[in-house]
Amino acid sequence: MLLGPSLMVSVILFSLGVAGVLFRRNAIVIFMCIELMLNAVNLTFVALAQQLGPEGHAIVFFVMAVAAAEAAVGLAIMIAIYRHKESVNVKEINLLRG
Amino acid sequence: MPASVGWVWLVILLPFLGFLANGTLSLFRPDAKRAVSTIGVGVLVLSFVFALVVSSGVFAHPPHEAPYILTYWTWIPAGSLHIDVAFQVDQLSVVMLLVVTGISMLIHIFSVGYMGDDASYARYFAYLNLFVFFMLILILGANFPAMFVGWEGVGLCSYLLIGFWFENKPFADAGKKAFIVNRIGDFGFLIAMFMIFHATGSLNFVDVFHEAPHLFEVGGTTITLITLAMFLGCTGKSAQIPLYTWLPDAMAGPTPVSALIHAATMVTAGVYLVARSNVLFAMAPVSSFVVAAVGVATAFFAATIATKQWDIKKVLAYSTVSQLGFMFLGVGVGAYAAGIFHLVTHAFFKALLFLGSGSIIYALHRAYHHTGSHEDAQDMRNMGGLRRLMPWTAGLMWLATLAIAGVPGFSGFFSKDEILAMTFARGGDWNAFYVLWIVGVVAALLTAFYMTRMMIYTFHGPNRTGGEEEKHLHEAPWVMTGPLVVLGIGSVIAGIINLPAVLPMSGWLHHWLEPVTHLSLDYLPELHLSPTTEWALLGFATLIAAVGMLAAWNFLKPERLLPAKEAPAETGLQKTLVNKWYVDELYDTIVVRPIGWLSDRVLWRIVDAGIIDGLLVNGSATATRAVGWIGSRLQNGRIGTYMFFFVIGSLILLRALLR
Amino acid sequence: MTQLEVVFWIFAATAIVSAFLCITRKSPVASALWLVVTLFSLAAIFVLLDAHFIAAIQVLVYAGAIMVLFLFVIMLLNLGRGGPSDMLGWAGRLVMLAIGLLMAVELWVLSRATPDEGLLMAGEPLQRLTEQHGAVGMISEPLYRTYLVPFELTGMLLLAAIVGALVLAKRRL
Repeated sequence: MLLGPSLMVSVILFSLGVAGVLFRRNAIVIFMCIELMLNAVNLTFVALAQQLGPEGHAIVFFVMAVAAAEAAVGLAIMIAIYRHKESVNVKEINLLRG
Repeated sequence: MPASVGWVWLVILLPFLGFLANGTLSLFRPDAKRAVSTIGVGVLVLSFVFALVVSSGVFAHPPHEAPYILTYWTWIPAGSLHIDVAFQVDQLSVVMLLVVTGISMLIHIFSVGYMGDDASYARYFAYLNLFVFFMLILILGANFPAMFVGWEGVGLCSYLLIGFWFENKPFADAGKKAFIVNRIGDFGFLIAMFMIFHATGSLNFVDVFHEAPHLFEVGGTTITLITLAMFLGCTGKSAQIPLYTWLPDAMAGPTPVSALIHAATMVTAGVYLVARSNVLFAMAPVSSFVVAAVGVATAFFAATIATKQWDIKKVLAYSTVSQLGFMFLGVGVGAYAAGIFHLVTHAFFKALLFLGSGSIIYALHRAYHHTGSHEDAQDMRNMGGLRRLMPWTAGLMWLATLAIAGVPGFSGFFSKDEILAMTFARGGDWNAFYVLWIVGVVAALLTAFYMTRMMIYTFHGPNRTGGEEEKHLHEAPWVMTGPLVVLGIGSVIAGIINLPAVLPMSGWLHHWLEPVTHLSLDYLPELHLSPTTEWALLGFATLIAAVGMLAAWNFLKPERLLPAKEAPAETGLQKTLVNKWYVDELYDTIVVRPIGWLSDRVLWRIVDAGIIDGLLVNGSATATRAVGWIGSRLQNGRIGTYMFFFVIGSLILLRALLR
Repeated sequence: MTQLEVVFWIFAATAIVSAFLCITRKSPVASALWLVVTLFSLAAIFVLLDAHFIAAIQVLVYAGAIMVLFLFVIMLLNLGRGGPSDMLGWAGRLVMLAIGLLMAVELWVLSRATPDEGLLMAGEPLQRLTEQHGAVGMISEPLYRTYLVPFELTGMLLLAAIVGALVLAKRRL
């Protein structure tokens, strides 16, 4: 019953996350928008799990674990970069130029 | 099929083997002249012998219903198009076969003497053998493409042999001119072949000529176009208006080449083509009239030019063009046997005339060599009085002159008279043919005139070669004069094969060729001449010959001639005739220069350098570099850009999934 | 509209608005805090969808641990204010708007697909399962039976992440 609206909310959140990733230049904020996208996906899984069974919850569980790992490592990288360049603006992190 | 006919493949193959052998020798052992002579002449002698064998089979058992066809293998099987390597042996092929192999053999023997001192002796015989090979394919082919192979091949050999002394640029240019002008004609031949295949679905002579009456309407556009296109090819190969200009220039080649290719064999290919396709031409009266009209116009036009040429070979070249015109007049009015008859007799006397002139030129060259002079050995103003010094040559060439002038009893008289008589007979059907007859008569008159002129200036009167040189002028060796004797005999007696109807034993050739020409008889009006008219025409022809010869004898005074280096410049009409009515200059202005301009300005500068080099080749390189540069901008190291394209990509994929 | 739906829409609106605010604030700290609000709203929605356990760990792990980590790092690098060139100009904003809309439309069309009949379970299955096994017990079946191997691997992953983060963030190796 709540499936349709839930999916719609999920879609909107995901789109907002995508826009945010493209929109912001601060690396940490970009990370946060990625987390937002992951959450939208979680919402989708949970909404469908209500109709299809608790396997969806298990998937959400894994998503959260991976998100945590990813956030940890990513932020560690951000710290290391900040130490070199004094900035986390992605415009300035462009040494892998072609 | 008689067993002897099966030898025809050997007749064709022998000259080709000669080409291979002599060609190899010319590359590795060019001074092995004895070997070259033996091989070069030997293969022709053998070829002639086997040609006799094949012909005897045909004479013993002439094919009536259908010609003997020998198919060797399939050449082009492409869907509905099926072309075989096949040879057709029938009455017409046999006549052509004997003429080609016989005359070629004699000329090969002559060449041993004439070209004996030349450094490229082996190359000469290689090319000459190759020419005979292709000519045999041309006349023996059983379908249009096979004939076309021979057609192109003889054109190639003509180019190779005309430009034989290619170190001399004008000679090389003459070879190019021959080939290129011929190409224009070949275009016509090809178009005709395409149209024939489109209409009949076959290219075999037997099939096409049998089906033609059912497929084409008489006098219709298709058959007229086909035959006109074919005739375009004939004007190229057989040097008629408008494509005759290559033949006088072709005299740049060695004289035996002029005799063989440009008198007796290659140039007659056009006449052969028309005679072979007689049913097609008979069904298209417009085309046949065009053939006859162009033929007789060429005969007249070339004769006028010949009256004022000083180079002995040029006189003979224009004479050939003129006589070919007569042959086309014959086949144009429907007298196919008469055209072939004149082809045979002309082969004898024209080859004799050319070879005789070769002997003369050879003698003059020798004389000039002794004294170190550089005069033109071919200019008649440097000759004169040679009958005292070269009696055999003089006598034999007089026989040929009498034949070509049409003196009664000689071969040329009967063949030329037959053609003119048939033209006159067609006049009863349509008056326009009387006009053609009159032009033909005038051309015959001019023929007698200029040939006598040539003989007078060359052999009679005082000698103008020079005091010192005169001592060294003498008869050519027997290897050269021998073939002249054989040809002389032929020039005299060859007329017997087709005597006029009013004489006993008449029309043998006409009857002999009937199985080949009978298909056309349904479309031609009955050509009948009453015996009185025939005798009158015979007498008139004699009168013409006499008038022409006597006019030359009386009005032209060889004593008044000066040697070439002292001769005054020509004026007025004489100047125009000497300059061949400025036709070459006309072609140069309206064809050659515009094409040259077009090639240089448009095709080279704009199309080749500009469009192809600049736009396509360099342009595509520049475009690739540009695209690559754009692509490289994508790799700017900025995460924002990468994310952007990532999202765009995923959007597109999603769109694809939304099917 | 039932009570359930009203509550749902309240929390849904909160989530969307706070997500929008998250991506448009100049200060990274503000963005982080708005994201926390979003996460809490989502947790509430999870409860409404009978996913009690997930809601709990959403608050504990996501909002409680991950976002705290974010805030720690922001504070550590002293990024509190936010720089001038952090966001795109007006042209970029327009493009982002377009992309966002496009993405939304496509995904919404995708979402209208209905799952197969055979997969649906009859009635209110989750509620039944919750009554039977409890909120936590409901997830134990798939987690330790069907997806046991991924579960163990996730443990490995977390170990790797810990080691990696430690190594990457050290001043001197």
